[in-house]
Amino acid sequence: MNSPRERILARLKAAPQTAAPLRPDWAPPAYDASARKAKFKAMLEASHADVHEVTAADWPQRLKTILANKGVGNMVYAPATPAGRQLADSWAGSGPELLAYDRPVEDFKEVLVAKADAALTTARGGIAQTGSLVLWPTSDEPRLMSLLPPIHVALVEESSLTDSLAETIRVQGWASGMPTNAVLVSGPSKTADIEQTLAYGVHGPKELIVLLIGKD
Amino acid sequence: MAAEASKMEFGAKAHVALNDPKLRANFRRAMDGLMTKRAAQFADEAEWNALRARGAAARANALAKLPELLEQLEANCLRNGIHVHWAETTAEANAIVLGILEAAGARTVIKGKSMVTEEMHLNAHLEKHGITPVESDLGEYIIQLAGEAPSHIVMPCIHKNKTEIAELFHDKIEGQPYTENVDELTAAARAALRGAFAGADAGISGVNFAVAETGTLVLIENEGNGRLSTTLPPLHIAVTGIEKVLEKLDDVPPLLSLLPRSATGQPITTYVNMISSPRKEGEKDGPKAVHLVLLDNGRSRVHGDTELRDTLRCIRCAACMNHCPVYTRVGGHTYTFTYPGPIGKLLTPQIEGLDCAGDQPHASTLCRACADVCPVQIPIPDLLVRLRTESVRPTQGQAVKGAGSSATTSETLGWKGWTLLYASPLVYRIGTKMLGWFGNLMPSSAPMLKQWTSVRTKPKFAPKSLHELAREKGYCDE
Ligand code: SF4
Repeated sequence: MNSPRERILARLKAAPQTAAPLRPDWAPPAYDASARKAKFKAMLEASHADVHEVTAADWPQRLKTILANKGVGNMVYAPATPAGRQLADSWAGSGPELLAYDRPVEDFKEVLVAKADAALTTARGGIAQTGSLVLWPTSDEPRLMSLLPPIHVALVEESSLTDSLAETIRVQGWASGMPTNAVLVSGPSKTADIEQTLAYGVHGPKELIVLLIGKD
Repeated sequence: MAAEASKMEFGAKAHVALNDPKLRANFRRAMDGLMTKRAAQFADEAEWNALRARGAAARANALAKLPELLEQLEANCLRNGIHVHWAETTAEANAIVLGILEAAGARTVIKGKSMVTEEMHLNAHLEKHGITPVESDLGEYIIQLAGEAPSHIVMPCIHKNKTEIAELFHDKIEGQPYTENVDELTAAARAALRGAFAGADAGISGVNFAVAETGTLVLIENEGNGRLSTTLPPLHIAVTGIEKVLEKLDDVPPLLSLLPRSATGQPITTYVNMISSPRKEGEKDGPKAVHLVLLDNGRSRVHGDTELRDTLRCIRCAACMNHCPVYTRVGGHTYTFTYPGPIGKLLTPQIEGLDCAGDQPHASTLCRACADVCPVQIPIPDLLVRLRTESVRPTQGQAVKGAGSSATTSETLGWKGWTLLYASPLVYRIGTKMLGWFGNLMPSSAPMLKQWTSVRTKPKFAPKSLHELAREKGYCDE
């Protein structure tokens, strides 16, 4: 018994045993389809996010307008994802400059930290109860996209909305394998550390724009 | 940290804090706000009761199976490529973190908010060895600039108002003009810390929940600094107390619903960050190595007592301190140690010893506000009473560290005398007679009376006892 590990475990195992209590019933809220979407939008908007209802075909054009109104100069995107391809195809010469995150961060850090104005990612799902986006970054759509640029644009399909995190974990089978990183995002970065006064964009994005793709 | 008995200074510090109108105003404003926001979150009594029962059960479950779950967590982390380290003491944990950093040649470290690293005094340790830690949570950054310790476990700089912060930034951040505008102050911190994030050789974070089933570290935050600290630098070291483990992913949602709602009245934090492995082949960002340091520091001893074990259910939401009539008036620094408020006065003496922090369980009115709001149903007042008892009369076998240390010879003798007095009718009669005759001659500065009479009038002994008066009236006392 000479390692700290063994000593700690030995002490814990020597402790008097108590029965593990049963987990009492508890059910997170459930919504019907229209209430689900309304709740998702309302919660996100309450957290200072902008939600736009779009279609699978028109979202790149809608995004172009939104970004133009904000005077956004460039946007980081994931060239190898279907959404990234659709974006690039419809961008064609107009709109903010597209910056492809197609190499390791070591070669892209400067762009992400100092140059990028915005970034577009997809979301694997959305949670109505808390107005949260479920992000599972991949090698094609890396983690820092939703974090470093001042504006984060997220695409989420209405059909992927769930009522609660508990439901998401269950229906998406999270327990059988988690990715390197999974993130729930419920608004832009914020702080209330100075006199409980809300301020946005302290380290992460100042703005969160959610494009909610309708079912049709 | 080996702390000495001289740390028993709550009373003296409380006195100073109570006479500091600025400090009291800062806390009052903040605590009133947090209490109102929390109350709005739990307006539905039935939902609150069902949720906290589930949350408490999830935590109690983890503690009942703690050694097995830690082994499972370790196995799953290792399988996922996360290195796992065990530390019995804060000194060991500091040495482990330093060793990892030195092996990687790291010189600067960016830190997400972590109370465990405060418990370890990790920053001081790293600085001593030439490594620069930069706190990135805005509140932590502010107190690091000021050279202070956190005064609250969720809102570390709650003791400061914006005038103080404006002066601090103007003073410490190069080129920063004086401004009390919160957006401008926040932007100044963002600008100052961007470079620190980009240049950091490593990131250090705490952990809110460690899920044994999948080997996942769950971290919650609002600012994004936690995600940055755990994503941008090439190396991530997560430090956690051994009690933070959960059995299953299914235990996360109820606790995640309880924690931010209890802490700041938010339905959820802006970010819930779940880390299960370092950067995999082909992935473009994320740290190339992730280390998990499991710190005991007295927790396994707390776990050994089935009653006090409940202390370890804590999810560090700070609701108990926000609602504590003592904490809200004296502030966090009065508690000297890392964890203030009700959870602090319960946890600290168990970790540091009753001989060292034995005054803390007494810093409570036992009003039960903490127990009412605790999302995992820790019976804090009952456990405080247990610690008070332990400090003078240790339990056989399961003694708390430093148990019995408050027992004094004069008090022990006093109680022995008391027992004697009440056990024998003759001695009792003689005793009360003597007090009736001579008690009023005792000056209020007499050794046994001095402390009592410093804030109270000296009791006046009646010439005749109740027994005698009753007997004179013809009542029979046999
Ligand atoms: S003891 Fe309860 S109320 Fe206090 S911080 Fe811990 S979980 Fe929150």
